[in-house]
Amino acid sequence: MSEKKILLELDSVSKFFGNIIALRDISMQVRAGEVMCLLGDNGAGKSTLIKILAGVHQHDRGEYRVEGQGVRFDSPRDALDRGIAAVYQDLALVPMMSIARNFFLGSEPTLGWGPLRRFDLIKAARVAKEELAKMGIDVRDTSQPVGTMSGGERQCVAIARAVYFGANVLILDEPTSALGVKEAGVVMRYIAQTRSRGLGVVFITHNPHHAYTIGDRFTILNRGQSYGTFGKDEITREDMVTMMAGGEELKAIEQEIAEIESEANAAGE
Amino acid sequence: MVSNQHGEDERLRTIGLVRSLLSRPALGAAGGAIVIWTIFAIVASDRGFVSLQGTATYLEVAAELGILAIAVALLMIGGEFDLSIGSMIGLTGMAMTILSVNLGLSIPIAMVLSLAIALGLGFLNGYMVVRTGLPSFIVTLGSLFILRGLTIGTTRLLTGRTQLGGLDEASGYGVMSAIFASDISISGVEFPISILWWVAITAFGTFVLLKSRVGNWIFSIGGDVNSARMMGVPVRRVKIALFMTTAAAAWLVAMIQAISFTGADVLRGEQREFYAIIAAVIGGTLLTGGYGSLIGAALGALIFGMVRQGIVFAGVDADWFQVALGSMLVMAVLVNSVIRRKAAETKR
Repeated sequence: MSEKKILLELDSVSKFFGNIIALRDISMQVRAGEVMCLLGDNGAGKSTLIKILAGVHQHDRGEYRVEGQGVRFDSPRDALDRGIAAVYQDLALVPMMSIARNFFLGSEPTLGWGPLRRFDLIKAARVAKEELAKMGIDVRDTSQPVGTMSGGERQCVAIARAVYFGANVLILDEPTSALGVKEAGVVMRYIAQTRSRGLGVVFITHNPHHAYTIGDRFTILNRGQSYGTFGKDEITREDMVTMMAGGEELKAIEQEIAEIESEANAAGE
Repeated sequence: MVSNQHGEDERLRTIGLVRSLLSRPALGAAGGAIVIWTIFAIVASDRGFVSLQGTATYLEVAAELGILAIAVALLMIGGEFDLSIGSMIGLTGMAMTILSVNLGLSIPIAMVLSLAIALGLGFLNGYMVVRTGLPSFIVTLGSLFILRGLTIGTTRLLTGRTQLGGLDEASGYGVMSAIFASDISISGVEFPISILWWVAITAFGTFVLLKSRVGNWIFSIGGDVNSARMMGVPVRRVKIALFMTTAAAAWLVAMIQAISFTGADVLRGEQREFYAIIAAVIGGTLLTGGYGSLIGAALGALIFGMVRQGIVFAGVDADWFQVALGSMLVMAVLVNSVIRRKAAETKR
């Protein structure tokens, strides 16, 4: 596992918002052909971390390296130019527009020049169909509106688009959290396809079951700090849940519940 | 389970067929146009509705509204409104007339100057909308009154009147008249050239909307402006350009009217902003943006023209036209809202 190429690396990265320490000394790596799961409860700092990776925020301390080279992105565009693409929860799709039109939105292929320069819809339809087929989604008609697709399928369109436009590292922000069990399965299969094409995937989730199914490595965040990165053989699902919830806190809660129950039992008898 | 790449059937998903209605926003308007033509053909055939002369009468009305409706539909698909185009007609028509009749410029030069004024005001409308983030409905409602008031005030200040004539004596009238206000004779019936303008603008607009990058951007801005922005669509520039387009369409209608009436009136173009929106909506354009058709808008204008003139041909008092117009608008919106629900409908 360790001989795979490191695409992205954070070395003791910290981020502050005024007096709030959003992230403290985070280190992690994303390798080609691997799914790195970023786990954590709400407020753990997952969003801040991916925004640093995607160029929305800049880190305040530590080093962010892309293929061994220290970087500091000014904008998501910069990150994109280095092949780092983020797919956020709202997907940046327009429901009433067709799959083909959405696929190339903002980067439309053209034919001809001057006043006759026109949007090559035939190419757009063909490429969108091919790219989705590569990932196992058979779209019979790419002129159908994206809004008629299911949530999982829409997620796949957004991912396929990012991959097509040259992403090496794909950052997926909670791609399965709003989906049903079946749909989440569609998306996870798709993530697996992406991985097998040699991309590095950062999969953000607070669902340890989804993470454990697809992930190769797991970085667990809690209150702005990392518990470290674990390989799949180094951690159990249960450990993961415990760490996400902050371990100690969960134990304390268990104890409290036990006390409440014993009090209730005592009162009842 | 996840390592194979090709040929696994259980991974292939088939996505349902397009809802055919969704891909054809103009379909309802086409049906409506046929129904309305048939009704008037039956009711008013003996009074000449189906004759060439009758056809020319309603096509002329449809053409002048259609030019506006195309630009307005583009803007509405882009998610905005322009209520100022009626006032813009009054202003640019009067500006051109004053420049040539009172200041002695030749008509072509006066036209170019008044076009520059229109584009500048359209730019201002658009700039105000994208800068303030206020609804364009409010911003252009303001422009509606400001521009009308400016036209009346300035004209009276400069000329002491509210109507001006004498364009036919200004230099360059002949050529401009041929371009903007001549008639084309078909078996003895005169068809105004504005019909050609209408058809040409519909064709060009449809090309831009459906076959160009800008068209894709217009749909995306009206459909989901945040997504458009995230995908790098130049939202502000496109919106401003759309407001300049509606202003230019108003200018063209003002030129056609001023040249054919050989003068201008400060009140010209009143209520055109609403008629244009109605034509666009009857043509299947959604009030909420992101969906619509310019062919539909052209058909909406045709329906408007047929009803307006058909009522006269049928011998019904023209007062009833507004009742018919309002009813058609509400019906069209009802149909549209069903379409929209279908379009926004998502499966999980």
